Amino acid sequence: MAKKENNVITWDTFSEGLWHDNPVFVMLLGMCPVLAVTNSAINALAMGLATTFVLLASGTLISLLRHSIPKQVRIATYIVIIATFVTIVDYTIQAISLDLYNALGAFIQLIVVNCMILGRAEAYASRNRPMKAVVNALGMGIGFTFALLCLGVVREILGAGSLFGFDLFGPRFEPWVVMVLPAGGFLVLGAWLLLFEWLKQRKERAELEPVAETR
Amino acid sequence: MATETLSFIFLNAVLANNFVLALFLGLCPFLGVSGKLNTALPMGLATMFVMLVSSICAYLINTVLVSFNIEFLRLIAYIAVIASAVQLVEMTLKKFSPGLFRSLGIFLPLITTNCAILGLALFQTFKEYDFLQSLVYALGAGTGFILAILLMAGLREKLELSTMPSITQGAAVSLMLGGLLSLSFMGFAGLGG
Repeated sequence: MAKKENNVITWDTFSEGLWHDNPVFVMLLGMCPVLAVTNSAINALAMGLATTFVLLASGTLISLLRHSIPKQVRIATYIVIIATFVTIVDYTIQAISLDLYNALGAFIQLIVVNCMILGRAEAYASRNRPMKAVVNALGMGIGFTFALLCLGVVREILGAGSLFGFDLFGPRFEPWVVMVLPAGGFLVLGAWLLLFEWLKQRKERAELEPVAETR
Repeated sequence: MATETLSFIFLNAVLANNFVLALFLGLCPFLGVSGKLNTALPMGLATMFVMLVSSICAYLINTVLVSFNIEFLRLIAYIAVIASAVQLVEMTLKKFSPGLFRSLGIFLPLITTNCAILGLALFQTFKEYDFLQSLVYALGAGTGFILAILLMAGLREKLELSTMPSITQGAAVSLMLGGLLSLSFMGFAGLGG
């Protein structure tokens, strides 16, 4: 605790979770819900919002309590705080839409063991002022939701021929059923990662080439 | 009360509804620790053991919670139980088998945030399994986890020796492999029913 806290909130505080350190595509955290509930865009959106709420609320509380939580039991404390907010989300979704609740199943409650949330609590919220923690959690949450949507949209379009429940291609479209099955989740996420790696390498090559030509 | 037979529960958890490949639970160790066969096996065994312990505890706790009508505390109680069970396993291993304890290292505490464990406790509650059924379910889930992580580790060891395009190195190819494994496990759907 001796280290002086850096209190400046910059654009980077918010945007690092959006793209540069995207929890799903870059850090590969919280994989279970990412693959399990993204078989349709609407499920992906709901899961993303629920996770964002838990991330925000637990981040705020942990950041507020960061000086009064003993270091030895901090992980257990974080888990209990996170579990409390997850219970709130669980009952709220059950009250709003039972269909959605049944579609997401146990995965709402499994937000507790999403490594991303615990990771953020340990690495960020416990070391920064509440305002900064909130901004960062918001960025991470939006980044997570964005990644879930990337998968959900692709899987729903290919696997069911629709988007957010609206039919896109008409009755003659033959859906790729495998995309909404578990295997599709692995394959689509793998394909996204390949795409990002390809873009990254192309960018690196583009930066190197002018140097090579002048030689 | 669920009426499924014990053999059905076991086969279902090992193959048809494999925790990793069909339900996407426990993906972090599945992707993280599956690089080598000789770390994958102890990890699988430790996970299976924690599954058994926490399944028994979760069953007992749920009985208590239901009798007092405070089911909304279930999630918090389960996660606390799992965290203590992991701590217990860690201390036991440290005392009786320091070698194994060192080789597992950081992975042991990480079992706490393995969703397969909490998922197992929640599923057995939703399905209303009795004590014996819960135990067999935990055994099946553990076996299924070991099976999946060993298959993956074997494949990745082979992959080390082959040449691949540079963009596929890293997590992408593991996920693709996972997808193929998952596809093949779909062939078991309906087994034991």
